[in-house]
Amino acid sequence: MLADSWLIARKDLQVEIRSRIIINQIAPYTLLIMVLFGFALDANTQTLRDTAPGLYWVAILLVALLAIQRGVQIEDADAARDRMLLTPVSSSSIFLGKSLALFVQLLVLEVLLFFVMMVLFDTSVEDPLLVCLSAFVATVGIATSGTLYGVIASGVGVRETLLPILLLPVLAPVAIGATRTFGDAFGRVNADGWAWFGLLVVFAVVYTVLGMFSYGQLLEEE
Amino acid sequence: MITTVGPFNATSSRSTRFLGLCLLLGIPALILFAFIFSPEDDSMEDAVRLLYIHVPVAIFSYIAFGVTAVGSICYLWKRSRWWDTTAHASAEIGVMFCGLTLVTGSIWGRPTWNTWWEWGDVRLVTTLVMFLMFIGYLALRQVPASPEARAKRAAIVGIIGTINIPIVNRSVEWWENSTLHQQSSLTDGNLENLTLFTWFLGTLVIGITYLWLLIHRFRVGWLETEEERLGYGAAIEERQAEAHGLDVGSTGIPEEGENE
Repeated sequence: MLADSWLIARKDLQVEIRSRIIINQIAPYTLLIMVLFGFALDANTQTLRDTAPGLYWVAILLVALLAIQRGVQIEDADAARDRMLLTPVSSSSIFLGKSLALFVQLLVLEVLLFFVMMVLFDTSVEDPLLVCLSAFVATVGIATSGTLYGVIASGVGVRETLLPILLLPVLAPVAIGATRTFGDAFGRVNADGWAWFGLLVVFAVVYTVLGMFSYGQLLEEE
Repeated sequence: MITTVGPFNATSSRSTRFLGLCLLLGIPALILFAFIFSPEDDSMEDAVRLLYIHVPVAIFSYIAFGVTAVGSICYLWKRSRWWDTTAHASAEIGVMFCGLTLVTGSIWGRPTWNTWWEWGDVRLVTTLVMFLMFIGYLALRQVPASPEARAKRAAIVGIIGTINIPIVNRSVEWWENSTLHQQSSLTDGNLENLTLFTWFLGTLVIGITYLWLLIHRFRVGWLETEEERLGYGAAIEERQAEAHGLDVGSTGIPEEGENE
Protein backbone atom coordinates (compact mmCIF):
# COMPACT_ATOMS: atom_id res chain seq x y z
CA MET A 1 0.00 0.00 0.00
CA LEU A 2 2.81 2.43 0.88
CA ALA A 3 4.57 1.76 -2.43
CA ASP A 4 1.33 2.60 -4.29
CA SER A 5 0.88 5.74 -2.19
CA TRP A 6 4.40 6.83 -3.04
CA LEU A 7 3.66 6.33 -6.76
CA ILE A 8 0.58 8.57 -6.53
CA ALA A 9 2.48 11.18 -4.50
CA ARG A 10 5.38 11.13 -6.95
CA LYS A 11 2.97 11.66 -9.86
CA ASP A 12 1.41 14.73 -8.19
CA LEU A 13 4.80 16.13 -7.20
CA GLN A 14 6.16 15.65 -10.73
CA VAL A 15 3.19 17.59 -12.11
CA GLU A 16 3.94 20.39 -9.65
CA ILE A 17 7.67 20.40 -10.36
CA ARG A 18 7.00 20.70 -14.09
CA SER A 19 4.29 23.35 -13.81
CA ARG A 20 6.08 25.30 -11.00
CA ILE A 21 2.74 26.77 -9.88
CA ILE A 22 3.62 26.42 -6.20
CA ILE A 23 6.98 28.19 -6.49
CA ASN A 24 6.08 30.76 -9.17
CA GLN A 25 2.61 31.74 -7.97
CA ILE A 26 1.57 30.40 -4.57
CA ALA A 27 4.86 31.17 -2.75
CA PRO A 28 4.88 34.86 -3.87
CA TYR A 29 1.22 35.06 -2.83
CA THR A 30 2.23 33.85 0.64
CA LEU A 31 4.88 36.54 0.84
CA LEU A 32 2.29 39.11 -0.20
CA ILE A 33 -0.04 38.03 2.61
CA MET A 34 2.73 38.55 5.19
CA VAL A 35 3.47 42.02 3.78
CA LEU A 36 -0.25 42.89 3.96
CA PHE A 37 -0.31 41.81 7.61
CA GLY A 38 2.52 44.29 8.19
CA PHE A 39 0.48 47.06 6.56
CA ALA A 40 -2.68 46.10 8.47
CA LEU A 41 -0.90 46.17 11.85
CA ASP A 42 0.58 49.60 11.22
CA ALA A 43 4.25 48.55 10.97
CA ASN A 44 4.35 48.01 14.71
CA THR A 45 7.15 45.46 15.20
CA GLN A 46 6.16 44.61 18.77
CA THR A 47 2.56 43.84 17.70
CA LEU A 48 3.80 41.81 14.73
CA ARG A 49 6.18 39.89 16.98
CA ASP A 50 3.37 39.07 19.43
CA THR A 51 0.89 38.03 16.75
CA ALA A 52 3.40 36.32 14.43
CA PRO A 53 2.32 32.72 15.28
CA GLY A 54 -1.34 33.45 14.47
CA LEU A 55 -0.54 35.43 11.32
CA TYR A 56 1.78 32.65 10.15
CA TRP A 57 -0.90 29.96 10.45
CA VAL A 58 -3.62 32.13 8.90
CA ALA A 59 -1.31 32.61 5.91
CA ILE A 60 -0.64 28.85 5.77
CA LEU A 61 -4.37 28.02 5.84
CA LEU A 62 -5.03 30.48 3.00
CA VAL A 63 -2.28 29.09 0.80
CA ALA A 64 -3.28 25.53 1.71
CA LEU A 65 -6.68 26.25 0.13
CA LEU A 66 -4.93 27.23 -3.09
CA ALA A 67 -2.71 24.12 -3.04
CA ILE A 68 -5.73 21.85 -2.40
CA GLN A 69 -7.70 23.50 -5.23
CA ARG A 70 -4.71 23.00 -7.49
CA GLY A 71 -4.52 19.28 -6.62
CA VAL A 72 -8.23 18.82 -7.32
CA GLN A 73 -7.97 20.77 -10.57
CA ILE A 74 -5.26 18.42 -11.85
CA GLU A 75 -7.50 15.40 -11.22
CA ASP A 76 -10.62 17.07 -12.68
CA ALA A 77 -8.86 17.92 -15.95
CA ASP A 78 -9.08 15.38 -18.78
CA ALA A 79 -10.88 12.89 -16.50
CA ALA A 80 -7.55 12.08 -14.85
CA ARG A 81 -9.34 10.79 -11.75
CA ASP A 82 -11.28 8.21 -13.79
CA ARG A 83 -8.06 6.96 -15.32
CA MET A 84 -6.40 6.76 -11.92
CA LEU A 85 -9.34 4.66 -10.70
CA LEU A 86 -8.72 2.19 -13.54
CA THR A 87 -5.30 1.40 -12.08
CA PRO A 88 -5.08 -1.45 -9.55
CA VAL A 89 -4.45 0.93 -6.66
CA SER A 90 -6.70 0.98 -3.59
CA SER A 91 -8.60 4.13 -2.65
CA SER A 92 -6.73 4.27 0.68
CA SER A 93 -3.42 4.33 -1.22
CA ILE A 94 -4.71 7.09 -3.48
CA PHE A 95 -5.79 9.07 -0.41
CA LEU A 96 -2.44 8.61 1.33
CA GLY A 97 -0.51 9.41 -1.85
CA LYS A 98 -2.43 12.59 -2.54
CA SER A 99 -2.14 13.63 1.11
CA LEU A 100 1.61 13.00 1.01
CA ALA A 101 2.02 15.14 -2.12
CA LEU A 102 0.01 17.96 -0.53
CA PHE A 103 2.00 17.57 2.69
CA VAL A 104 5.32 17.99 0.86
CA GLN A 105 4.08 21.06 -1.02
CA LEU A 106 2.77 22.67 2.17
CA LEU A 107 5.97 21.87 4.04
CA VAL A 108 8.04 23.65 1.36
CA LEU A 109 5.76 26.69 1.64
CA GLU A 110 5.92 26.60 5.44
CA VAL A 111 9.72 26.58 5.49
CA LEU A 112 9.84 29.52 3.07
CA LEU A 113 7.21 31.43 5.01
CA PHE A 114 8.92 30.72 8.31
CA PHE A 115 12.11 32.49 7.24
CA VAL A 116 10.08 35.36 5.79
CA MET A 117 8.32 35.69 9.16
CA MET A 118 11.63 35.60 11.06
CA VAL A 119 12.94 38.49 8.97
CA LEU A 120 9.82 40.64 8.55
CA PHE A 121 8.35 40.19 12.04
CA ASP A 122 11.67 39.97 13.90
CA THR A 123 10.79 36.75 15.73
CA SER A 124 13.10 34.33 17.50
CA VAL A 125 12.60 30.69 18.43
CA GLU A 126 13.17 29.39 21.96
CA ASP A 127 12.11 25.76 21.36
CA PRO A 128 13.03 24.64 17.80
CA LEU A 129 11.98 21.03 18.45
CA LEU A 130 8.42 22.07 19.34
CA VAL A 131 8.26 24.28 16.24
CA CYS A 132 9.42 21.48 13.92
CA LEU A 133 7.24 18.74 15.39
CA SER A 134 4.09 20.84 15.70
CA ALA A 135 4.49 22.19 12.14
CA PHE A 136 4.98 18.62 10.91
CA VAL A 137 1.86 17.26 12.65
CA ALA A 138 -0.30 20.30 11.86
CA THR A 139 0.64 19.93 8.20
CA VAL A 140 -0.34 16.24 8.28
CA GLY A 141 -3.76 17.35 9.64
CA ILE A 142 -4.20 20.05 6.99
CA ALA A 143 -3.06 17.72 4.18
CA THR A 144 -5.32 14.80 5.14
CA SER A 145 -8.42 16.91 5.84
CA GLY A 146 -7.68 19.03 2.75
CA THR A 147 -7.39 15.97 0.51
CA LEU A 148 -10.68 14.61 1.87
CA TYR A 149 -12.60 17.88 1.50
CA GLY A 150 -10.93 18.53 -1.84
CA VAL A 151 -12.58 15.46 -3.34
CA ILE A 152 -15.92 16.37 -1.71
CA ALA A 153 -15.79 19.75 -3.47
CA SER A 154 -14.46 18.32 -6.74
CA GLY A 155 -16.39 18.05 -9.97
CA VAL A 156 -18.74 20.94 -9.17
CA GLY A 157 -18.74 24.36 -10.76
CA VAL A 158 -18.56 26.20 -7.44
CA ARG A 159 -15.49 24.39 -6.05
CA GLU A 160 -13.48 27.60 -5.48
CA THR A 161 -16.10 29.05 -3.15
CA LEU A 162 -17.39 25.80 -1.66
CA LEU A 163 -14.06 24.44 -0.42
CA PRO A 164 -13.22 27.32 1.99
CA ILE A 165 -16.73 27.21 3.50
CA LEU A 166 -16.43 23.47 4.10
CA LEU A 167 -12.80 23.25 5.17
CA LEU A 168 -11.93 26.34 7.23
CA PRO A 169 -14.37 25.66 10.12
CA VAL A 170 -13.06 22.09 10.26
CA LEU A 171 -9.50 23.39 10.54
CA ALA A 172 -10.34 25.60 13.55
CA PRO A 173 -8.59 23.20 16.02
CA VAL A 174 -5.44 23.24 13.85
CA ALA A 175 -5.50 27.04 13.66
CA ILE A 176 -5.83 27.36 17.43
CA GLY A 177 -3.48 24.50 18.31
CA ALA A 178 -0.66 25.37 15.93
CA THR A 179 -0.83 29.04 16.93
CA ARG A 180 -0.54 28.11 20.61
CA THR A 181 2.40 25.73 20.07
CA PHE A 182 4.24 28.35 18.02
CA GLY A 183 3.38 31.01 20.62
CA ASP A 184 4.87 28.80 23.33
CA ALA A 185 7.92 27.93 21.23
CA PHE A 186 8.53 31.62 20.49
CA GLY A 187 8.14 32.46 24.20
CA ARG A 188 5.23 34.76 23.42
CA VAL A 189 2.39 33.09 25.34
CA ASN A 190 2.19 31.19 28.57
CA ALA A 191 0.77 27.93 27.19
CA ASP A 192 1.65 24.26 27.44
CA GLY A 193 2.84 23.78 23.88
CA TRP A 194 3.24 20.02 24.22
CA ALA A 195 -0.40 19.58 25.29
CA TRP A 196 -1.41 21.43 22.13
CA PHE A 197 0.95 19.26 20.17
CA GLY A 198 -1.04 16.26 21.47
CA LEU A 199 -4.27 17.81 20.17
CA LEU A 200 -2.69 18.31 16.74
CA VAL A 201 -1.64 14.63 16.76
CA VAL A 202 -5.24 13.59 17.56
CA PHE A 203 -6.56 15.76 14.72
CA ALA A 204 -4.04 14.33 12.25
CA VAL A 205 -4.79 10.72 13.27
CA VAL A 206 -8.59 11.23 13.15
CA TYR A 207 -8.50 12.73 9.65
CA THR A 208 -6.03 10.17 8.33
CA VAL A 209 -8.31 7.34 9.50
CA LEU A 210 -11.50 9.09 8.30
CA GLY A 211 -9.92 9.79 4.93
CA MET A 212 -8.72 6.22 4.43
CA PHE A 213 -12.21 4.88 5.14
CA SER A 214 -14.35 7.43 3.30
CA TYR A 215 -12.19 8.45 0.32
CA GLY A 216 -13.17 5.34 -1.64
CA GLN A 217 -16.88 6.08 -1.15
CA LEU A 218 -16.39 9.54 -2.63
CA LEU A 219 -14.29 8.32 -5.55
CA GLU A 220 -16.80 5.61 -6.52
CA GLU A 221 -19.50 8.13 -7.37
CA GLU A 222 -17.34 10.04 -9.86
CA MET B 1 -51.63 22.98 -4.35
CA ILE B 2 -48.90 20.37 -4.55
CA THR B 3 -49.41 17.66 -7.13
CA THR B 4 -49.43 14.03 -6.07
CA VAL B 5 -45.93 12.62 -6.30
CA GLY B 6 -44.63 9.88 -4.05
CA PRO B 7 -46.23 9.01 -0.72
CA PHE B 8 -47.08 12.61 0.18
CA ASN B 9 -49.56 14.79 -1.69
CA ALA B 10 -49.23 17.73 0.72
CA THR B 11 -46.89 18.74 3.49
CA SER B 12 -49.63 18.81 6.10
CA SER B 13 -51.32 15.85 7.72
CA ARG B 14 -53.39 15.11 10.78
CA SER B 15 -50.26 14.87 12.97
CA THR B 16 -48.79 18.19 11.77
CA ARG B 17 -52.16 19.90 12.17
CA PHE B 18 -52.27 18.63 15.76
CA LEU B 19 -48.71 19.88 16.38
CA GLY B 20 -49.60 23.21 14.75
CA LEU B 21 -52.61 23.54 17.03
CA CYS B 22 -50.40 22.83 20.06
CA LEU B 23 -48.08 25.61 18.89
CA LEU B 24 -50.97 28.01 18.42
CA LEU B 25 -51.82 27.50 22.08
CA GLY B 26 -48.24 27.07 23.35
CA ILE B 27 -46.63 30.18 21.88
CA PRO B 28 -49.10 32.70 23.39
CA ALA B 29 -48.89 30.80 26.70
CA LEU B 30 -45.08 31.01 26.61
CA ILE B 31 -45.23 34.75 25.86
CA LEU B 32 -47.62 35.29 28.77
CA PHE B 33 -45.54 33.26 31.22
CA ALA B 34 -42.21 34.67 30.01
CA PHE B 35 -43.18 38.34 30.04
CA ILE B 36 -45.99 38.65 32.58
CA PHE B 37 -46.38 35.79 35.06
CA SER B 38 -42.75 34.82 35.76
CA PRO B 39 -40.75 37.09 38.10
CA GLU B 40 -37.52 38.83 37.18
CA ASP B 41 -34.25 37.31 38.40
CA ASP B 42 -32.32 38.76 41.34
CA SER B 43 -29.04 39.01 39.44
CA MET B 44 -30.04 38.90 35.74
CA GLU B 45 -33.22 40.98 36.20
CA ASP B 46 -35.39 41.07 33.05
CA ALA B 47 -32.64 39.50 30.90
CA VAL B 48 -33.62 36.14 32.41
CA ARG B 49 -36.68 36.14 30.11
CA LEU B 50 -34.42 35.63 27.10
CA LEU B 51 -33.28 32.31 28.57
CA TYR B 52 -36.75 30.82 28.06
CA ILE B 53 -35.92 30.88 24.33
CA HIS B 54 -32.09 30.86 24.32
CA VAL B 55 -31.57 27.62 26.28
CA PRO B 56 -34.28 25.56 24.47
CA VAL B 57 -33.10 26.60 20.97
CA ALA B 58 -29.51 25.77 21.98
CA ILE B 59 -30.59 22.31 23.20
CA PHE B 60 -32.64 21.61 20.08
CA SER B 61 -29.90 22.86 17.73
CA TYR B 62 -27.63 20.17 19.21
CA ILE B 63 -30.44 17.60 18.93
CA ALA B 64 -31.04 18.64 15.30
CA PHE B 65 -27.36 18.22 14.39
CA GLY B 66 -27.38 14.88 16.21
CA VAL B 67 -30.33 13.77 14.06
CA THR B 68 -28.38 14.91 10.97
CA ALA B 69 -25.41 12.76 12.04
CA VAL B 70 -27.65 9.73 12.66
CA GLY B 71 -29.46 10.30 9.35
CA SER B 72 -26.11 10.57 7.54
CA ILE B 73 -24.79 7.32 9.05
CA CYS B 74 -28.05 5.52 8.23
CA TYR B 75 -27.98 6.88 4.66
CA LEU B 76 -24.47 5.50 4.06
CA TRP B 77 -25.55 2.20 5.61
CA LYS B 78 -28.96 1.70 3.96
CA ARG B 79 -28.74 4.09 0.97
CA SER B 80 -32.26 5.19 1.80
CA ARG B 81 -33.58 8.52 0.52
CA TRP B 82 -35.71 8.72 3.64
CA TRP B 83 -32.64 9.09 5.87
CA ASP B 84 -30.95 11.54 3.52
CA THR B 85 -34.04 13.76 3.47
CA THR B 86 -34.31 13.55 7.27
CA ALA B 87 -30.63 14.55 7.68
CA HIS B 88 -31.07 17.52 5.34
CA ALA B 89 -34.31 18.70 6.95
CA SER B 90 -32.86 18.47 10.45
CA ALA B 91 -29.65 20.31 9.45
CA GLU B 92 -31.64 23.25 8.07
CA ILE B 93 -33.62 23.58 11.28
CA GLY B 94 -30.43 23.05 13.32
CA VAL B 95 -28.71 25.92 11.52
CA MET B 96 -31.73 28.16 12.13
CA PHE B 97 -31.84 27.25 15.84
CA CYS B 98 -28.05 27.57 16.15
CA GLY B 99 -28.21 31.06 14.59
CA LEU B 100 -31.00 31.97 17.02
CA THR B 101 -28.88 30.65 19.91
CA LEU B 102 -25.98 32.90 18.91
CA VAL B 103 -28.18 35.96 18.39
CA THR B 104 -30.22 35.57 21.59
CA GLY B 105 -27.05 34.71 23.54
CA SER B 106 -25.35 37.82 22.23
CA ILE B 107 -28.33 40.02 23.13
CA TRP B 108 -28.42 38.42 26.59
CA GLY B 109 -24.65 38.80 27.03
CA ARG B 110 -24.61 42.55 26.49
CA PRO B 111 -26.50 43.52 29.70
CA THR B 112 -25.32 40.49 31.71
CA TRP B 113 -21.62 40.19 30.77
CA ASN B 114 -21.25 43.72 29.36
CA THR B 115 -20.11 42.37 26.00
CA TRP B 116 -21.74 41.14 22.78
CA TRP B 117 -19.11 38.45 22.26
CA GLU B 118 -16.45 36.74 24.38
CA TRP B 119 -13.70 34.85 22.53
CA GLY B 120 -12.56 32.98 25.61
CA ASP B 121 -15.95 31.34 26.17
CA VAL B 122 -15.84 27.69 25.18
CA ARG B 123 -19.53 27.25 24.47
CA LEU B 124 -19.78 30.44 22.40
CA VAL B 125 -16.87 29.64 20.11
CA THR B 126 -17.77 25.94 19.79
CA THR B 127 -21.35 26.87 18.85
CA LEU B 128 -20.10 29.41 16.29
CA VAL B 129 -17.74 26.90 14.64
CA MET B 130 -20.53 24.29 14.62
CA PHE B 131 -22.85 26.86 13.00
CA LEU B 132 -20.26 27.59 10.29
CA MET B 133 -19.63 23.88 9.64
CA PHE B 134 -23.31 23.21 9.04
CA ILE B 135 -23.63 26.35 6.89
CA GLY B 136 -21.02 24.58 4.72
CA TYR B 137 -23.11 21.40 4.85
CA LEU B 138 -26.16 23.30 3.56
CA ALA B 139 -24.04 24.98 0.85
CA LEU B 140 -22.94 21.53 -0.29
CA ARG B 141 -26.58 20.42 -0.49
CA GLN B 142 -27.32 23.24 -2.93
CA VAL B 143 -24.57 22.18 -5.36
CA PRO B 144 -25.92 20.90 -8.67
CA ALA B 145 -25.17 17.15 -8.79
CA SER B 146 -27.04 13.87 -9.07
CA PRO B 147 -29.18 13.23 -5.95
CA GLU B 148 -27.12 10.15 -5.02
CA ALA B 149 -23.74 11.92 -5.35
CA ARG B 150 -25.00 14.92 -3.41
CA ALA B 151 -26.48 12.74 -0.67
CA LYS B 152 -23.26 10.75 -0.27
CA ARG B 153 -21.03 13.83 -0.06
CA ALA B 154 -23.41 15.54 2.35
CA ALA B 155 -23.60 12.42 4.54
CA ILE B 156 -19.81 12.26 4.87
CA VAL B 157 -19.60 16.00 5.65
CA GLY B 158 -22.43 15.62 8.19
CA ILE B 159 -20.62 12.78 9.98
CA ILE B 160 -17.20 14.48 9.90
CA GLY B 161 -18.75 17.73 11.15
CA THR B 162 -20.20 15.92 14.13
CA ILE B 163 -16.94 14.06 14.89
CA ASN B 164 -15.11 17.40 14.74
CA ILE B 165 -17.29 19.07 17.38
CA PRO B 166 -15.59 17.44 20.45
CA ILE B 167 -12.15 18.35 19.02
CA VAL B 168 -13.23 21.97 18.50
CA ASN B 169 -14.73 22.03 21.98
CA ARG B 170 -11.55 20.69 23.56
CA SER B 171 -9.33 23.09 21.63
CA VAL B 172 -11.36 26.12 22.68
CA GLU B 173 -11.43 24.86 26.26
CA TRP B 174 -7.63 24.65 26.32
CA TRP B 175 -7.31 27.91 24.42
CA GLU B 176 -8.68 30.11 27.16
CA ASN B 177 -10.00 27.68 29.77
CA SER B 178 -12.63 30.20 30.74
CA THR B 179 -16.34 30.63 30.45
CA LEU B 180 -18.70 33.43 31.26
CA HIS B 181 -21.59 30.97 31.21
CA GLN B 182 -22.83 30.20 34.69
CA GLN B 183 -23.36 26.62 35.80
CA SER B 184 -26.74 25.22 34.90
CA SER B 185 -29.32 26.90 37.09
CA LEU B 186 -31.53 23.89 36.53
CA THR B 187 -29.16 21.34 38.08
CA ASP B 188 -28.21 23.78 40.84
CA GLY B 189 -31.89 23.99 41.81
CA ASN B 190 -31.68 27.81 41.82
CA LEU B 191 -34.77 28.37 39.73
CA GLU B 192 -38.02 29.31 41.42
CA ASN B 193 -41.16 27.33 40.68
CA LEU B 194 -42.71 29.66 38.10
CA THR B 195 -39.37 30.34 36.42
CA LEU B 196 -38.72 26.61 36.21
CA PHE B 197 -42.21 25.99 34.80
CA THR B 198 -41.73 28.71 32.15
CA TRP B 199 -38.37 27.22 31.19
CA PHE B 200 -39.99 23.79 30.77
CA LEU B 201 -42.82 25.36 28.76
CA GLY B 202 -40.24 27.07 26.50
CA THR B 203 -38.45 23.75 25.99
CA LEU B 204 -41.74 22.01 25.16
CA VAL B 205 -42.79 24.73 22.68
CA ILE B 206 -39.39 24.76 20.94
CA GLY B 207 -39.41 20.95 20.87
CA ILE B 208 -42.83 20.89 19.19
CA THR B 209 -41.66 23.64 16.79
CA TYR B 210 -38.65 21.48 15.85
CA LEU B 211 -40.84 18.43 15.26
CA TRP B 212 -43.43 20.41 13.26
CA LEU B 213 -40.77 22.04 11.08
CA LEU B 214 -38.92 18.74 10.66
CA ILE B 215 -41.98 16.91 9.34
CA HIS B 216 -42.92 19.74 6.96
CA ARG B 217 -39.35 20.25 5.73
CA PHE B 218 -38.93 16.50 5.27
CA ARG B 219 -42.03 16.35 3.08
CA VAL B 220 -40.96 19.40 1.05
CA GLY B 221 -37.52 17.81 0.60
CA TRP B 222 -39.09 14.53 -0.46
CA LEU B 223 -41.27 16.31 -3.03
CA GLU B 224 -38.24 18.27 -4.29
CA THR B 225 -36.17 15.13 -4.97
CA GLU B 226 -39.20 13.34 -6.41
CA GLU B 227 -39.86 16.26 -8.74
CA GLU B 228 -36.16 16.34 -9.67
CA ARG B 229 -36.22 12.59 -10.41
CA LEU B 230 -39.48 12.73 -12.37
CA GLY B 231 -38.29 15.88 -14.11
CA TYR B 232 -35.18 14.12 -15.39
CA GLY B 233 -37.26 11.14 -16.51
CA ALA B 234 -39.75 13.36 -18.33
CA ALA B 235 -36.96 15.29 -20.03
CA ILE B 236 -35.29 12.05 -21.21
CA GLU B 237 -38.61 10.71 -22.53
CA GLU B 238 -39.24 14.01 -24.33
CA ARG B 239 -35.81 13.90 -25.99
CA GLN B 240 -36.30 10.25 -26.96
CA ALA B 241 -39.71 11.05 -28.47
CA GLU B 242 -38.14 13.91 -30.41
CA ALA B 243 -35.37 11.61 -31.65
CA HIS B 244 -37.84 8.94 -32.81
CA GLY B 245 -39.93 11.54 -34.60
CA LEU B 246 -36.96 12.80 -36.61
CA ASP B 247 -35.81 11.51 -39.96
CA VAL B 248 -32.08 11.18 -39.41
CA GLY B 249 -29.67 10.81 -42.28
CA SER B 250 -27.08 8.11 -42.83
CA THR B 251 -24.63 9.94 -40.55
CA GLY B 252 -27.15 9.91 -37.70
CA ILE B 253 -27.08 13.70 -37.56
CA PRO B 254 -30.39 15.47 -38.34
CA GLU B 255 -30.35 17.46 -41.57
CA GLU B 256 -30.65 21.23 -41.26
CA GLY B 257 -34.27 22.31 -40.87
CA GLU B 258 -35.57 18.80 -40.14
CA ASN B 259 -36.36 19.53 -36.54
CA GLU B 260 -38.27 22.72 -37.26
